[in-house]
Amino acid sequence: MPIAKVNGKEVEFEPGMTVLQVAEMAGEEIPRFCYHERLSIAGNCRMCLVEVKPGPPKPQASCALPAAEGQEIFTDTPMVQKARKGVMEFLLINHPLDCPICDQGGECDLQDQAMGYGRDATRFVENKRAVEDKYMGPVIKTVMNRCIQCTRCVRFITEVAGVPEIGLISRGEDVEITTYLENAVTSELSGNVNDLCPVGALTHKPWAFNYRPWELKRTESIDVMDALGSAIRVDARGSEVMRVLPRTQEDINEEWLDDKARYACDGLLRQRLDKPYIRENGKLKAATWDEALAAVAAKLSASNAGRIGVIAGDLADAESMKAALDLFRGKLGIASLDCRQDGAQIGGGAREEYLFNATIAGIDEADAILLIGTNPRLEAPVLNARIRRAWVSRGVPVAMIGTAADLTYPVEHLGDTAAAIASLSKSKKGFAEKLKAAKRPMVIVGSGAFAREDGAAILAAAGKFATAIGASWNVLHTAASRVGGLDLGFIPTGGGKSATELASKGGADVLFLMGADEIDLSKSKAFVVYMGTHGDAGAHRADVILPSAAWTEKRGLYVNTEGRVQHGERAVYPKGEAKEDWAIIRALSDRLGATLPYNTQDQLREALYADHSTFAGQGFPPGKSDFKPAFASKTGAGDAPLKSRITDFYMTNPIARASVTMSELSALKSGAKLMAAE
Amino acid sequence: MSVRRLAKDQPKGFAFSKETMKTAQWWIAKYPPERKQSAVIPILWLVQKQEGWVCEPAIRAIAALLEMPVIRVLEVVTFYTMFMLEPVGKTALIQVCGTTPCMLRGAGDLMAVCKDKIGPRDKLSADGKFTWQEVECLGACCNAPMAQINDYYYEDLTPFEMGRIIDDFAAGKKPKPGSYDGRKSSEPKDAVHTLNDPSLYDGSKAKNLKLPNTEPVG
Repeated sequence: MPIAKVNGKEVEFEPGMTVLQVAEMAGEEIPRFCYHERLSIAGNCRMCLVEVKPGPPKPQASCALPAAEGQEIFTDTPMVQKARKGVMEFLLINHPLDCPICDQGGECDLQDQAMGYGRDATRFVENKRAVEDKYMGPVIKTVMNRCIQCTRCVRFITEVAGVPEIGLISRGEDVEITTYLENAVTSELSGNVNDLCPVGALTHKPWAFNYRPWELKRTESIDVMDALGSAIRVDARGSEVMRVLPRTQEDINEEWLDDKARYACDGLLRQRLDKPYIRENGKLKAATWDEALAAVAAKLSASNAGRIGVIAGDLADAESMKAALDLFRGKLGIASLDCRQDGAQIGGGAREEYLFNATIAGIDEADAILLIGTNPRLEAPVLNARIRRAWVSRGVPVAMIGTAADLTYPVEHLGDTAAAIASLSKSKKGFAEKLKAAKRPMVIVGSGAFAREDGAAILAAAGKFATAIGASWNVLHTAASRVGGLDLGFIPTGGGKSATELASKGGADVLFLMGADEIDLSKSKAFVVYMGTHGDAGAHRADVILPSAAWTEKRGLYVNTEGRVQHGERAVYPKGEAKEDWAIIRALSDRLGATLPYNTQDQLREALYADHSTFAGQGFPPGKSDFKPAFASKTGAGDAPLKSRITDFYMTNPIARASVTMSELSALKSGAKLMAAE
Repeated sequence: MSVRRLAKDQPKGFAFSKETMKTAQWWIAKYPPERKQSAVIPILWLVQKQEGWVCEPAIRAIAALLEMPVIRVLEVVTFYTMFMLEPVGKTALIQVCGTTPCMLRGAGDLMAVCKDKIGPRDKLSADGKFTWQEVECLGACCNAPMAQINDYYYEDLTPFEMGRIIDDFAAGKKPKPGSYDGRKSSEPKDAVHTLNDPSLYDGSKAKNLKLPNTEPVG
């Protein structure tokens, strides 16, 4: 490998690296605005100037200069210092001095670097340029006077998000960042441009003027809005979650986060259940915990175990599901427990059958991808961006079976129904040929394929096909709780009923919902106990409401779609009288005279690790990419199209449905469709 | 140069004329199919020839034709100042060069005439026939001051000539392009003192030239 000298220190580097990257490897920090590791190189801010020998005797932009063998790089000479100071002075010529009212204040690259390279006073006495602010949608607030034209937002939305809607128009000192005719950005990843903006030109509109970064308490946690388990940082002030930002996790979300995971946090303050309720004469009345638990215990003891059902929702943590299993199955002998409120026909077999075996990072190595019954753009936008990168950087062919959709990259549409799997396995041309030639093909199956009555048959067909072509078997779930629930065996056993059966007419006499809101109970006449966080569908139907903690208000284990066990941490305390879910079940067990053997969450976790060893191994994806699924199905697949379960990306869970930002985004999306139909 | 924005009043739609489309396809065929957006500048130019300016529906139509994001077309059309974003005079678009040589030779006086006869610069005249602009160097400095009117250069102008040209255009005539002080293109104004040896033009001087790489090898 070639060697270069950085400030006299020898550094070995890989061919193709830039001078900036080599200097970073040597531990030298290079100031920059436009350069970003995950975006293409623009080289237009000129802040990263260094001195390079051999070469012309002038400062060079290190971000765009390839490093070479024997090069001598100087990052701190008087010439470099003077050049960077000059660049900074130019940048500040047109930058307003409005830091005190700027939301970027305290976490602004320009502010920080001006401390190092800025002059104390300006020498520029003319007027600063003024730029009109632009509308870019409900999550991007623009103050365009502050823009320094780094074009990070343009590059992100074009390259990573794949929705080329932001551009740099005009030229010279008149350049402006805008969307076409100031339309809203339609990417699910649009919030990331606010993070990328090195100044306060693009800031988070939902959080505008709400906080200063130094006031916030930071908690590192895990996202639960989809099944990826993206790494997030929950920033709270007092009892309020002010914002959610991505953390870098190379194997899952890199440093991106979708708009739902980021901006749904205002839903944590709205529609919250903060005290227990009991329905009396058709109306919900506030009650004490004593009364509510007594009512639930009385109902449970009076009912036949065969007529009681428990359904876990999409946001349930593993501990609460473990406690529910121990109480309802272990102590009360209830067989009808289900964590698949969408009616998914998966689970019960080998663990790898329902995991994303090749891992999310494995997409970077895949050389052909087949999507079955999934729309990753809606189900996991961050994962979709990774598939897009596979196509952009390596031209990986992608095909889908299911309802056609715009995934931001070209996708060969092989058919709407499961019949396309059979015809693909017979085909020798087109995508079948590419799959055959591929060394590491991936089959990604979504809930659109298995969350339906003939799901088992479709899984069997897809599994058989994946085995036949030697593709890795990957299941993309949509719920953060799903893999954890399946790992725990939170599915009906010994003649128990599934969630769909429980919710049907006469399916159960008593239903215990653990935050399950996405299930239709309109036909059921059951007595409903709703343990959850928001006044959503489940709470409206409930006879007793037990208020519980949202995911930012409790510690909890979540297993992502890869089978990676991760910790969620508590950022704030539960609202009002709400309690943590596992503690509510523990208290209920006491009332039923079947006390669960743990008094703290740590004791519960120990029991969990003892009973289910997979939970003890945390933070890594256990999937086997050479796993051969062997699903069996007696019946054949129907001919209904494989449609993604998610129709409205912004409205998939009670927290998102309570969020004002999400409803704005959702309205915009449906409005945009109306306009297109005109 | 000022901030360039699309015109406030836009037509409802835009359609490529048959000839425009034919030439556009000729341009597109010059590039590999996956890079057909390379033809964006020639096609914008064709559209401007067809309509006189580039309207918003045309930007969308070009984006659709070249299968490129519409914001990319907007970036191009706002970058180049020779693309007109507002309707211009149907009879004449007068672009007076205002860069140093022309300015020193009296471009200001030409502009005063334009302002007097047509109205404020960059604005369509009241009758919709004329627009005049000040532009940067058009590369005809030896014939300063000059103006480009529609597709032709009108050179060595005086305020009087400028006024007459505008009047002629208004009367439906087509004033002749070129120099207006009697000389041919940019040759010396009065007498030709140089390059008047006939032997320069009969090829005799070139006979002894030894062109490089013309000797047979070996």
